[in-house]
Amino acid sequence: MIRSEIIKNLIPVISDHFVICNIGLPSQEMHMMDDQATNFYMLGTMGLSSSIGLGVALAQKQTVISIDGDGSVLTNLGTLPTIANNVADNFILLIIDNGSYGSTGDQPTYAGKKTSLTAVASACGCENVIECQAEDAVEVMKNAIDSKKMTVIVCKCESGNIPVPVITMDPVVIKHRFMTELAKRNA
Amino acid sequence: MSIDKKIVDDFVKNKIELVTTVPCKQLAGVIEEIDACKDIYHIPSNKEDEGMGICAGAFMGGKRSAIIMQNTAIGVTINTLATLTQYYRMPLPMLISYRGELGEPVACQVEMAVHTKALLMQMNIPTYHFHQQSDVEELNKILEYSFMSNKPVAILTDASFWGGY
Repeated sequence: MIRSEIIKNLIPVISDHFVICNIGLPSQEMHMMDDQATNFYMLGTMGLSSSIGLGVALAQKQTVISIDGDGSVLTNLGTLPTIANNVADNFILLIIDNGSYGSTGDQPTYAGKKTSLTAVASACGCENVIECQAEDAVEVMKNAIDSKKMTVIVCKCESGNIPVPVITMDPVVIKHRFMTELAKRNA
Repeated sequence: MSIDKKIVDDFVKNKIELVTTVPCKQLAGVIEEIDACKDIYHIPSNKEDEGMGICAGAFMGGKRSAIIMQNTAIGVTINTLATLTQYYRMPLPMLISYRGELGEPVACQVEMAVHTKALLMQMNIPTYHFHQQSDVEELNKILEYSFMSNKPVAILTDASFWGGY
């Protein structure tokens, strides 16, 4: 199973929640399959999906899910200690770990070699770290949402991509509709 | 009132509720005040671009935020400033210690100091240089300006402003 299939399977579970989508293909796949105001698409800044998601979660009450990748987390590894030490129980970090930089041509990452992001997250102090296989992603995500505990999910899957169109939506529109919907739900 | 307290008071006055910091010796006092302030959630970052991501998220979540960092950080945050803060049009007050200016004892700090203003100018980031203690009187208006315009602003604070090394 590859990332786009995981995202497709997760849509019924995460569609009602606020999602920060990682740059490149994860954003493009979410945009193609389930575009809506609750999605924030990152058009730049590789690595910051988890940081943006943590910021949104700390600032308000709604559940926030950051969809990240193993390569992006490796880019911003300092995010894991920050997440561990600033617990937001409305925050879920989903690391889709295909062991490669999918958006740039599937070059291998160290997470696909000797480095375990699950072990790194635990060593950083994250309390609820769950490693799962792609087939179990939906169940694990459901449980994480229901638990109302900050959770880091490392979902292992195969490397590979499907053709998806680029996002042409204006960044200010993406931001505005996300913020408007979030404010409405918190009102 | 201490200069550190005055800065944090202006943050609170401008409804800044989350501040992320990467430390500098010159900023130790203001970081201590941030930590002690009950109206502000202090979240230390491990790198400044990470901090800017947290600030962007907090802003979208409805809380005003700011970052406190050293000028060397301009070198590591250009991409984040361009493709996150500016591209999505978000406010971000950046209180920056301006190392490598007059009185600096560490030669290497000068190497980024000579690029600091040029980089900020290249990025079209409104930049204010606090050199004398009385310059802090402008802080309130600078913060208002960032939130009014939805732009990042840089407040460079040099060693003379902080009263030497």
